[in-house]
Amino acid sequence: MSVEILAAGPMLTVQDAGRKGLRRFGVSTAGPMDGPAMALANALCGNASDAAALEFAGMGGRFSASCPIRFAVTGGDCDIRVEDRRVLPGESNRLNPGETLKVGAMGDAVWGYIAFAGGIDVPPVLGSRATHLRSGLGGFQGRALRVGAILPLGEDKTVDRCLRLANPLAPEAGGPIRIVLGPQDDYFSVDIIARLTQTEFTVTPQRDRMAMILAGAELPAARGHDTVSDATVPGSIQVPGSHQPMVLMAESQTTGGYPKIATVITPDLPRLAQLPVGARFRFAVVSREEAEEAVIARARTLRARLADLQAKPEGVLQSEYLLSCNLISGVFVSEEFVS
Amino acid sequence: MMRLMRGMAEAVAPAFLPCGDSALVLQLGDCIDARVNADIFAIAAAVDAAAIPGLVEIVPSYRSLLVRYDPEIIRGRELEQRLAGFSRPGEGAGKKGRGWSIPVVYGGEVGQDLEEIAAMKDLSPEELVSLHSSVEYRVFMIGFAPGFAYLGGLPPILHTPRLQKPRQYVPAGSIGIGGQQASVNSVAGPSGWRFIGWTPIRVFDPQRAAPFLLAGGDRVRFTSIDPEAGERLAARAAAGETVIEPEEAA
Repeated sequence: MSVEILAAGPMLTVQDAGRKGLRRFGVSTAGPMDGPAMALANALCGNASDAAALEFAGMGGRFSASCPIRFAVTGGDCDIRVEDRRVLPGESNRLNPGETLKVGAMGDAVWGYIAFAGGIDVPPVLGSRATHLRSGLGGFQGRALRVGAILPLGEDKTVDRCLRLANPLAPEAGGPIRIVLGPQDDYFSVDIIARLTQTEFTVTPQRDRMAMILAGAELPAARGHDTVSDATVPGSIQVPGSHQPMVLMAESQTTGGYPKIATVITPDLPRLAQLPVGARFRFAVVSREEAEEAVIARARTLRARLADLQAKPEGVLQSEYLLSCNLISGVFVSEEFVS
Repeated sequence: MMRLMRGMAEAVAPAFLPCGDSALVLQLGDCIDARVNADIFAIAAAVDAAAIPGLVEIVPSYRSLLVRYDPEIIRGRELEQRLAGFSRPGEGAGKKGRGWSIPVVYGGEVGQDLEEIAAMKDLSPEELVSLHSSVEYRVFMIGFAPGFAYLGGLPPILHTPRLQKPRQYVPAGSIGIGGQQASVNSVAGPSGWRFIGWTPIRVFDPQRAAPFLLAGGDRVRFTSIDPEAGERLAARAAAGETVIEPEEAA
């Protein structure tokens, strides 16, 4: 059982929930840029939330499978086709041998996920299948996927049904990206801390799985931009000598020597990651307690959502399918009506 | 060296700093100091042993300890109270780290900066090698890349600024100098440090049962070997053999 890459969008990598507990050895967590989206893709395929799936930036690629499988695409609105049949993101669908799955451009998001039932079964490295591009660790040969790569799939032990959410996903609430000040906010004057929340920031093209560099306001540190290196977390907002803040993301290094003015709260980090280049947003300071409450609430919501998947009716004509068909030009064989 | 330069006035009271919603920092100082660093690793060992529910992982560094937690199990405020008892280790609380002797082939293609640094310092390459291998280094922390050890104790005359333009590829095992620090590079990649040799020892090998050779608090000495000996050791390391053993902690 395997999946072959027939065309690869940029930054197509194998990711799972990430490497745990190894930051003290210099090993980045890696894992998804949008963890809840990847967990949903896995759940729609009946996989555990830490199963390995594909992450892509902007555009997915083309794929074929050696056996009949189910797959799901999440992250945002996306043009997904099996041959010429359009299927929806946010639900699982079937792919048969000989068919090509095409995952096009994300309309409203940056990072997308393609899960396959059984999960991608590349060998774990240091306890995880996540690709860490900078150190060439894990995933498929430690690198982004290119045409011709063949990915082994794990055994699919679940009931072979296609799933979808019982209730469609509500659009992600907008509003400011919430931060907790520190740990080195004392490197900055009161005025500069105020600038952090009073100015609109812009997502620049200098972004990858490691960090996002922001434009819009300069944040000079009164006590300088070199500290004795200490540990970082995904969400740390470092301010280097350029005075341009840099938010560390999933693949960030584990330690850094720039003062960290604040930390993006865990539930808002995927939302920041999904903002396109040029998007403008503001930061809002919340207390650590408020941030913890938000983490707990988000975790409960996500668990409830993943527990509330329902089997898709199959073998009947679905309106999405009809809408995607060219009803004028031809006759369909009956198998094609099974979405 | 740094310890001698540190006056009492620089001592900073232990402080808890918030680091978002799932981590906090216990900070003991703001400078590079072997004693502060030893205290951090002593606290890290005590926190490890305490197995606090909800504590996800800890990351000790030069002068602080990052503690990651799960707010669904423990809140930051409560965790600070639990950790407060660990923040003042007694004298000699830290156990002495392991001692390593790391063989180095100085100069050559990987050690391409050896002659230039020697010339900058009015030293012969042999004098530079002898200085670099004359002292015991302390592993202040592991970070940046898997298994990458920040080594303190570089003789002051060998302190050398980083390159203006980083090199795009430096192989694993390169022996580096960056500012006041020394290193054994653990993975291949770009680097702005300067390099004076290479070691056949793999400080990081994900295929090995113990992937990370060095730990914070360990002591390291470098010994000069000739290129033929280096190649022999490299072949043994490639075959999965254990090439060096630590001198156990005293």
